[in-house]
Formats: sequence, structure tokens, C-alpha cells
Amino acid sequence: MTDYNGYIATETIEGDDDGPLAGRTVAVKDNISTEGVRTTCGSEMLEDYVPPYDATVVSRLKAAGATIPGKTNMDEFGMGTTTETSAFGAVENPVAEGRVPGGSSGGSAAVVAAGDADMALGSDTGGSIRCPAAFCGVVGIKPTYGLVSRYGLVAYANSLEQIGPIAPTVEEAAELLDVIAGPDERDGTTREAPAAGEEYAEAADGDVDGLSIGVPTELVEGADEAVVETFWDAIADLESRGATYHEVDLPSVEHAVEAYYVIAMSEASSNLARFDGVRYGKSGGYDGNWNESFANAREEGFGEEVKRRVLLGTYALSAGYHDKYYKKAQDARAWVKRDFDEALSDADVLASPTMPVPPMERGESLDDPLTMYLADANTTPVNLANLPAISVPAGETSEGLPVGLQLVGPAFDEETIIRAGSALA
Amino acid sequence: MSDNAVEPGEVRHVADLARVDLDDAEVERFTEQFGEILAAFEALDEVPETDRETELTNVMRPDEIREGLTQEEALRNAPESEAGQFKGPKVS
Repeated sequence: MTDYNGYIATETIEGDDDGPLAGRTVAVKDNISTEGVRTTCGSEMLEDYVPPYDATVVSRLKAAGATIPGKTNMDEFGMGTTTETSAFGAVENPVAEGRVPGGSSGGSAAVVAAGDADMALGSDTGGSIRCPAAFCGVVGIKPTYGLVSRYGLVAYANSLEQIGPIAPTVEEAAELLDVIAGPDERDGTTREAPAAGEEYAEAADGDVDGLSIGVPTELVEGADEAVVETFWDAIADLESRGATYHEVDLPSVEHAVEAYYVIAMSEASSNLARFDGVRYGKSGGYDGNWNESFANAREEGFGEEVKRRVLLGTYALSAGYHDKYYKKAQDARAWVKRDFDEALSDADVLASPTMPVPPMERGESLDDPLTMYLADANTTPVNLANLPAISVPAGETSEGLPVGLQLVGPAFDEETIIRAGSALA
Repeated sequence: MSDNAVEPGEVRHVADLARVDLDDAEVERFTEQFGEILAAFEALDEVPETDRETELTNVMRPDEIREGLTQEEALRNAPESEAGQFKGPKVS
């Protein structure tokens, strides 16, 4: 275990003897199934759940020779931006004492930042890999939707989430992506990357000469002053190596965070219906009316943020509100996608701060869910558009707090964001 | 804000649909928070109707028998089972 509470379990899973990741440790977020090893999703509901099979990404890690040193702490079911909603206690940021590590893959980013694992896997539904990578000063990649199999990932919001790598450098994150990417017959949403053939790690050559960077003004304007300053320093660094930048307009992103939450909560309300304490999930041991006994078990097994999202999702899908919330959110999603495609027809990558704020103090945002949701303004549009994005360390604020720079690329063009990001980390 | 006021009764109704038995303090907290959160979601009213590009591919495959979980594995995580079946709450 770690003093910052990064692991939920430290049961070691050994991989094959050789392979590209032989001799290296890759920690795995606790919503990714590991055969015979407890997978809790940070929830009391799944405290004793032991998956009967491996997620595809775990099979690929083992085949690549990686050792899994443990399962990492996370916001319950991936719902949070701070890794404070875990039923197994909050994670502290190992590089910024008293601060949150970001979420929901906070444990994964923290064990990498602290050097307790060489690399880690997280999952990103609305920024859950990029946010903790930014807050802990490491690299995180959210792959294009369909590049990495979600088979064995305990679902929160299927149409948005992807598993992806977290590592100290872009090259190492790309090496891990090389191992987990690619079609899977067990996940019908996976696709062969059109440019498959090149290894992602080879793209991490730091060459940004001639790179055209679009900076969406909407994603910079609202950010904290110290973050904006660090962001522009990093852009200047890229410019000094031959990249150019221009400002771009993405009017749709102003509505992305609301659309993201409506869609994610709606999908969550459906996905989490399976936890009824009969097939799996904690049973309260109640008898009598089935619906009442399920409701009792779910009241006990779920934490407050999970209940909040399941209820809001049920609300958004309920009769009379579907057109007002869910349908409008789908329109916003299509609009965001079109906006990004247009901006990327004119730039190789889009750059912004990953998070508009430096890591929050622990406990600060728990009582104010709306403020926490709004902190995801820069990351959620990427999930709505199903595009790839990377967060790389951009530097630190004057107080020494890590700031992340996000680069977004065209669908299945992970090479370009990896190449661009590798100039910084 | 007053337009978006959420009533405790609505929260209880939705909790009923979602099969979550909230306690009174939660109902009170959620009533207030839902008013604020749903008011923020109202910003979606400004979104123009947008055509959705459909680049869907048919991923259907023929049904074929293949190895799956054994009955024992499928039941392993059930809190209670009996004679190879899930055991639900007793109906009185």
C-alpha cells in the first residue's frame, strides 16, 4: 500500500516471461477486470466482486510481459474529478501535498507520479485520464474511440469511455498504447486504425518543425491565470522548435460540459441498473417486495456521487424530459464533432490547458457538485467528438503546482499528438 | 432559479424509478442540488438542431456456439445461490 492511498489492492499478477513490457510494472485501474483478482470500481457495491475473466487489455499486458503490481484507487465507478469519492478512501496527490490527484483515474496517475509503478492504465469518460495526468505532472493519453477494446471494463458510459495509458514520458505512454491498441472480436466498437503499421512509440521523436497548432480561445479564456501563463510558455517552447499557432473558434464547446453530463448520467443510469444484490453487488439481505429490496441494497451499496448521477440520468431520460435534456445533448454532441472536424481541417492539433485550474485542495469540491462538473470543460468535448487527446506536463505554477497541456488530434491520428507531445515530455 | 425549482416529490419519484431508497436528508440535499444542476443543463436549449453524420458499420456476425463462462463461474459473484441458480429475496 502507499501513504497516499493509490492502490486498492496490491495483489501482483505476473505476465509472460518476455515481451515488449518484460521487467516493467503496469498498475491497472480498479474498474478493469482481472481474472481471480478483486475488481471493486472503488465501490462498496463491488467490494467482494472477483471477475471470472480478464479484460482484453489485461490479457494483452500479460502477453507483453508486464507485471501488474496492483489495482489502483479511483472515484466510485469513475464518477468524479478528484478521486475523493472512492469507498476505499480519497487519494492524495503525491507531488502536491494536501491537494487532490485529479480523477477519476487518480490512483493510476498517483502511483506513476510517485514511482510506485512504471506505467498505469486508466479509463477516460470525460477526462478521467487527462485530468489526473495533468494534476500529477505525468503523461496521459485518451485514445480515439474504438482504438482500444473496452471488453472487461466495467461500463459507466459506453459511448464515451476509452481505456488509455498513463506514464512518466510520452514515449513510455506510447509504448503502452502499442500493446493495448487494436481490434478485438469481443468488442464490436473497436476498429483497425486506418494508419496501422507505424508503432506509436516511434512517433515520439519530438519533431514539431512545421506543426500547425490551433488554440481554441474558448478553452483558454476561462482558465486560471497561473494556468494560462504556464500554457503560453509551453506554446512558446513549441514555437521555438518550429511549430506555429493560430487561434480558432469552437462555439459549440460552451455547451459541451452540460451535454457530456446529460449523456454520461443517462448511460450510467442504465449501466448501473445491473447492480441489484442478486446477480452481483452487495446484498442487504432484505426479503419482501423485490423492488424495495433492490432499492435498499442500492441505497447501501452506492456512494452519494453515484446516486446523484444515476438519479439525474433517470430524470433526463424520464417521460416528459427526454427531448429537453437527452435529445438536446445529442444535438450538442453532433455540433461539437462538426466544430472539431472543421478546426482540425486547418490545424494538425488543437492545444489548450488540460484543466482550467491547478489541483484543488482536498475536500474543497465535494459539497459543490456543479462546480466540480464545470472543471471538466476542456476535456469533455473530446469524448463527445470521440477524438484522441494527450495531456503532457506543461510546467508548474509559481506555487509549484503541475499544469497540463492538452493536444487533440484527428480521429485515429494518435501519431501526431504523440509526436507533438513528445517535444514537451 | 424559481422556474427550475425541483420538488422533493420529484426526487422521490425518480429515486423510485432508479430503485434507490434515499433517506430524508439525501432527498433534501438532492432537491436543492438538482435544481441548480438542471438549471445549468438548461443551457442546452441554445444548441441548434444539428444533423448527425451516420457512419455506422454493420458488425453483426453469424451466431456460433463458443466457449463461455461455466455455470459455476457465472454464479460466483451472486451473494446467494441455490441448486445452480441465483437466489433472490424471499417474497412474503
